Amino acid sequence: MKDTSLTARHIPDRLDSPLRAALLSWPSLLLAVAIALFVLNALASPYFLSPWALSDATFNFTEKAIIALAMALLIISGEIDLSVASIIALASTMMGLALQFGVGTPGLVAIGLLTGAACGVFNGLLVTRLALPSIVVTIGTMSFFRGISYITLGDQAFKGYPPSFWYFGQGYVWWVISFEFALFLILAVLFYVLLHRTNFGRQIFVIGNNPVAARFSGVRVERVKFLLFCLTGLMSGVAAVLLTARLASTRPSIAVGWELEVVTMVVLGGVNILGGAGSIQGVVIAAFIMGLVTFGLGLLNVPGIVMSIFIGALLIAVIALPILVRRLRERLTR
Amino acid sequence: MMGLVRSRELWLALTVAAIALATATRAPGFAGAENLLGIFNNTAILMILALGQMTVILTRCIDLSMASNLALTGMIVALVNAAHPAIPVPLLMAMAALVGLCLGALNGALVWRLGIPAIVVTLGTLTIYRGAIFLIAGGQWVNADQMSPDFIQYTRLPFLGLPVLSWYAIVIAAGFFLLMTRTALGRSFYAVGVNPTASVYAGIDVGRTQFTAFCLSGALSGFCGYLWVSRYVIGSVEVARGYELTIVAACVIGGISIAGGVGTVAGALLGALFLGVVNSALPVINISPFWQMAISGAAIILAVILNARSDRRGGRLILRTAEPAQ
Amino acid sequence: MTEPTLALTGISKSFPGVKALNGVSLELYPGEVTALIGENGAGKSTLVKVMTGIYQPDEGQIAVAGTPVTLPSAHAAFEKGITAIHQETVLFDELSVAENIFLGHAPRTRFGTIDWRGMRAEAQRLLTGMGASHISPSARLKELGIANKHLVAVARALSIKADIVIMDEPTAALSHREIEELFALIDMLRRDGRAILFISHKFDEIYRIADRFTVFRDGEMVGKGMVGETGQDEIVRMMVGRSVDQVFPKQEIAIGAPVLRVSGLSHPTEFADISFELNEGEILGFYGLVGAGRSEVMQAIFGITQPSGGTITLDGQPVAPRSPADAVAAGIVYVPEERGKQGVVTELPIFQNISLPSLGKTSRHGFLRLAEEFALSRDYSERLDLRAASLSQSAGTLSGGNQQKVVIAKWLATRPRVIILDEPTKGIDIGSKAAVHAFMGELVAQGLSVIMVSSELPEVMGMSDRIVIMREGRIAGTYANDGRLDAETLVRMAADIAETAA
Repeated sequence: MKDTSLTARHIPDRLDSPLRAALLSWPSLLLAVAIALFVLNALASPYFLSPWALSDATFNFTEKAIIALAMALLIISGEIDLSVASIIALASTMMGLALQFGVGTPGLVAIGLLTGAACGVFNGLLVTRLALPSIVVTIGTMSFFRGISYITLGDQAFKGYPPSFWYFGQGYVWWVISFEFALFLILAVLFYVLLHRTNFGRQIFVIGNNPVAARFSGVRVERVKFLLFCLTGLMSGVAAVLLTARLASTRPSIAVGWELEVVTMVVLGGVNILGGAGSIQGVVIAAFIMGLVTFGLGLLNVPGIVMSIFIGALLIAVIALPILVRRLRERLTR
Repeated sequence: MMGLVRSRELWLALTVAAIALATATRAPGFAGAENLLGIFNNTAILMILALGQMTVILTRCIDLSMASNLALTGMIVALVNAAHPAIPVPLLMAMAALVGLCLGALNGALVWRLGIPAIVVTLGTLTIYRGAIFLIAGGQWVNADQMSPDFIQYTRLPFLGLPVLSWYAIVIAAGFFLLMTRTALGRSFYAVGVNPTASVYAGIDVGRTQFTAFCLSGALSGFCGYLWVSRYVIGSVEVARGYELTIVAACVIGGISIAGGVGTVAGALLGALFLGVVNSALPVINISPFWQMAISGAAIILAVILNARSDRRGGRLILRTAEPAQ
Repeated sequence: MTEPTLALTGISKSFPGVKALNGVSLELYPGEVTALIGENGAGKSTLVKVMTGIYQPDEGQIAVAGTPVTLPSAHAAFEKGITAIHQETVLFDELSVAENIFLGHAPRTRFGTIDWRGMRAEAQRLLTGMGASHISPSARLKELGIANKHLVAVARALSIKADIVIMDEPTAALSHREIEELFALIDMLRRDGRAILFISHKFDEIYRIADRFTVFRDGEMVGKGMVGETGQDEIVRMMVGRSVDQVFPKQEIAIGAPVLRVSGLSHPTEFADISFELNEGEILGFYGLVGAGRSEVMQAIFGITQPSGGTITLDGQPVAPRSPADAVAAGIVYVPEERGKQGVVTELPIFQNISLPSLGKTSRHGFLRLAEEFALSRDYSERLDLRAASLSQSAGTLSGGNQQKVVIAKWLATRPRVIILDEPTKGIDIGSKAAVHAFMGELVAQGLSVIMVSSELPEVMGMSDRIVIMREGRIAGTYANDGRLDAETLVRMAADIAETAA
């Protein structure tokens, strides 16, 4: 018979030291991969270690990575947004339209961000108010948003963005640090704090692990999810401003296929596609890994499409390997 | 009777017919038999693919690699045909289905044996298969003049007034109808999707059933690889790029629930036909084809809202008075 | 002595943190009904999963008709002729009745395809034979009520022609008439020479239908014998491991003014015209059969579902919670029956579970303060005598009883006015049970008001000040628990008096 008296027994906060846990975590493993890639690249190509080359390399992933930050939160909460690339197209188109009416740079940026946020609101309302599965809803809005772009532009393009606008996609804040990259770093810190250091972030994890228990514990599940869709839309709007400024033009096919690259980045970063687990550190490192792979293979004159094989294989391998290792260990201990 | 009135498929069929008729009021030739058969033929590949995707979605998975599988297999058979024109085309078709099946089996094995979510696996193989096209073709295209006449003709030959391409779709659809309604395997796709736990108790291996679904969708993707390359007389890295989501769209419009277990062969076919009719109708009534994307997007959103509406339940039946008479 | 159709010997099965079965054995004989008796959490459902190939035992042997077998999968068990009738979860809502009966073994045409017409006819024949001809084989299962779904499950077991039939609480949601029909079916199976395992904790049913019994307690087999030769008291003693007169630590608390007043609460399909009052310092028991709508009423009060009519007032103020968050803010909290699904987030650490509804208090300007969270969690988990290695351990690694303590700690930390406990001791060990009961006494002593939904008579009668009885979504009666109320009245009220009398 167990002791049923109500005398207090001390229960420690933790058994493992947090440092040990951090060392064994997914981001640490990813960091090792990233460092290995960096060294390999440096050995393979003499041009790799040039600061300007590295700076150029950041352009091919920062916009996607900015969306990935918000997407990570959304996926941890158990939802997904496949319409992010289409939001870029629509936001860019709206900026282009505004440009035709002579709107200046501040107005263009505001319109880009607002369009992105509005698209997020639209997705969020459909998913949370009508209780629809987000994967299907956002496959629909993915066609819908980009479709509006096509209706507006057809096979034309908006050009003639003012040079002051170019800064967002082409400018440098200091030496080799581009505006894009600096913005990404700031946003990464903000998202880290939001996910790992606030009540809101805690609720995201709870919802992703068990939305029913979250609701039964008084968490306003729908509200949190709605806000995350808005946030993802807003970050897509940010990416739209950066990309449009970098290309200095808008075509309806802008950023086509990015949604799957962003999701790949998030999953590679250790976010559970089924929700409930993940970290911003992991996503940031995954962004760097994808950037390093693309850049490194590019220096070796490997075409982009072949790099995609590597990224795809990496995506499956990083998930399959821990499972295989665990199985092997179980078999050995038996 | 009530069943018929509530049937999603009937309403979808009426919608498709209404669009065709409405278009015909602006362009009299549109509802003519020849034009309608043309639309059917244009939609044949999408219909076949939607059937494969439906099978996977029924089991609570999703196959995003279908379009890449199609493009890769298409490139392989085009290259084989270019190198050895003497190999009979039916053999190439079988080869396409087999290659596709292997690619699908890889997806299925990763889902079944390692328990990786299907969306992650097929997101990965989507890029891998697409990249592999570049590797095997060295970045080259395969053009019409490299293909044998038979290779091009085997989707075009007329048979009983229809191009054989249409017949492939009809035969596969009929086969799927039998599979889904009359065989234990077909019913197990539904069972696994409706209630995986109960399926285990009923002696159904959930993982193996999902694996089989991926094999089917893979084989159909591969077969469509041949059809696509033959019909559009081009093999390249860009073939059917982004088409994976169109296939999913056809399924969603056809009333196939992304949550698994709900959907019919007729629904998948009609979902594909809906997209086909809209695409054909737009140019006829002088709407720029650029509207097509937004319309199919709106159709997906509308379809998913309607599907959810009909599924909504009002809680448990406890009060005796509230239980409908049986 | 006849050879058992199925014999389990020395079966053990462990899960992280709990030994569910410890060297148990069980024999089922042809043409006999064996009752498996035990409290919730005694290991009955784990054993069923071992017998149906869902779980693999860590140790022990299984023999079918004297031949040792392994059951590596559900399909293997199915092929050995073992079938189980479970509670709700084993059926397919979207499929037809006929298919639910025949999935996996449908009649075939001569082309090997499924013979739908034959299947429907056979289903109709089976259902008619069971006296359930009102169920149409082509109806979708989701269109049926709970009792009818159950009959379909029974029909499925009959259709399999299994030698070994496991019935896991088959009568839980059935009316008396339906139970009698089920017993007629069991008699039929028995005459056919099938071996039947009948799992129930209702003694009248066990004495009515079973030939043998086996008793489990805390994952061990504590006794077996012939039903006809053993008295009810003896079985009960084996089951609970102590005398029947359980001691409930009910303290005498002065009952105060009404706190919660519910009047005319209704829902289109779940309940109608629910009215009651809850006073300060009172434990109000809600008794009824499984599926009587008690949890549904509580979930409406907690804001999970929206009632279609009626009012709720708390301390004289009308409240209309549109979500649990509203209810918690008003001071009403709910400990759900489905602990693993609705109560704890099993993947997250204990302290995060406990602090979840109190994050507003432990944080500053929306930023987490872990030290405050740990302090809050430790305070309440130690008061509830939580048994855990550390507060960072994930809640899923705890035993059922300790998980329940986490859920209760979570709510107490919000300092509620009214706490609703839905089957608070279902599936937890006896030690934790006593702790939960003792704590309920403390809660009311501190001026909280408690609603306790329970299907266990001793618990309801031992803990409640007053008892509300529900039947089929309505209140069948409210009684003061003053010693004059006897168990028989409660059971009769909860079941259908009219049918009992008939």
